[in-house]
Amino acid sequence: MSAEVNAPVKQAAPKEALFSKKNRKALFDPLDDNNPISVQVLGICSALAVTVQVKPAIIMALGVMLVTAFSNLIVASIRDRIPGRIRIIVQLVVVATLVTLVDQVLKAYMYDVSKKLSVFVGLIITNCIVMGRLEAYAMSQKPWPSFLDGIGNGLGYGAILVFVSMIREIFGSGTLLGFKVVPQFLYDMGYVNNGLMMLPPAALFIIGCFIWWQRSRNPKLINVS
Amino acid sequence: MEHLAGILVKSIFVENAIFAFFLGMCSFLAVSKSIKTAFGLGIAVIFVMLLTTPANYLILTYLLKEDALAWIHPSLAGVNLTFLAFILFISVIAGMVQLVEMIIEKFLPALYNSLGIFLPLITVNCSILGAALFMQEREYNFAETTVFSLGMGIGFFLAIVALAAVREKLRYSHIPDPLKGLGIAMIITGLMALAFLSFAGIQL
Repeated sequence: MSAEVNAPVKQAAPKEALFSKKNRKALFDPLDDNNPISVQVLGICSALAVTVQVKPAIIMALGVMLVTAFSNLIVASIRDRIPGRIRIIVQLVVVATLVTLVDQVLKAYMYDVSKKLSVFVGLIITNCIVMGRLEAYAMSQKPWPSFLDGIGNGLGYGAILVFVSMIREIFGSGTLLGFKVVPQFLYDMGYVNNGLMMLPPAALFIIGCFIWWQRSRNPKLINVS
Repeated sequence: MEHLAGILVKSIFVENAIFAFFLGMCSFLAVSKSIKTAFGLGIAVIFVMLLTTPANYLILTYLLKEDALAWIHPSLAGVNLTFLAFILFISVIAGMVQLVEMIIEKFLPALYNSLGIFLPLITVNCSILGAALFMQEREYNFAETTVFSLGMGIGFFLAIVALAAVREKLRYSHIPDPLKGLGIAMIITGLMALAFLSFAGIQL
């Protein structure tokens, strides 16, 4: 019995381990040093528009992560068969199919969130993170590392989204995920919610300051872009 | 007529693609380092937007909407293909951009040389697909769609040229090193967006 269990493991050994150092790098680098938003400057459009509250931000991040991971996986599996001249169209069709799936699922099970995100679900198609990772990574790597790279970039994107939306929701409407977090006695003492945080420019200021903080902590990122 | 003019002004200023919806931010931040390239990209976006959004409108109205296929055969009435909108919209945009690129390369080489590198980039510019999706969500008719896409294009053009002008001046100012480049560009865009918010009260 044990021989049977061990046999496939031995066969797999010469291949690369499932979580080798390189694969771990593909998964965790995008969280900080190679963050899609603050370092690679990709996918900013939606990051700014859906971060007024935490809940839509989390769902948006999940959608982007799924689409990036699976489009990376699919494109990496057929990368040798895609003709160079029309590769953008092929990639876009793969991405658009996945986004259509996400959109239909959201419409079926979370209609209110889907309404709140409005066109931004559809805009995952042209989210530069998806296309950027397809071009830069999936077109030249094996499917499994590409899949991890997609998950990692989705997580990095999600981290920024959640960070920005938490600041905006706490200071803008005094709630977090819909629960009140700013106590009533502060309002009684004259505290008012900051209306600026509800407006679109607030997201730009927060991300700008985040980039400042990240680059002063890690000087080798300066002049990356 | 007044109604169309209202849509035009609204889509340029009040609902500016960049400052109100953040569509096309990626190329907006990446290509705004000098006025000349920003100008080229802006013109190319107006051009592609004017071609693709009306084309997408025709596809939506005559192929995808409920009852839209009735003109082929009455038995096809009641077929609703709206869920295919994303795939068809993006294919039209990608195909159209490639077509435009080839036509300009053949007949207007001077224009091609100045726009050349930006044209393929436009396929993945969120503002183009965004215009198509807004057109669908707001149920514009053909004339409104054309005017709206022109306004979105001009709005993008204005925004990117303005930011490029500010960034050219920025080279001579003292900014902390970690804030240089992307960081300060974000904060400036935020300030410009605040300025554009003053249009928000206009009723059209």
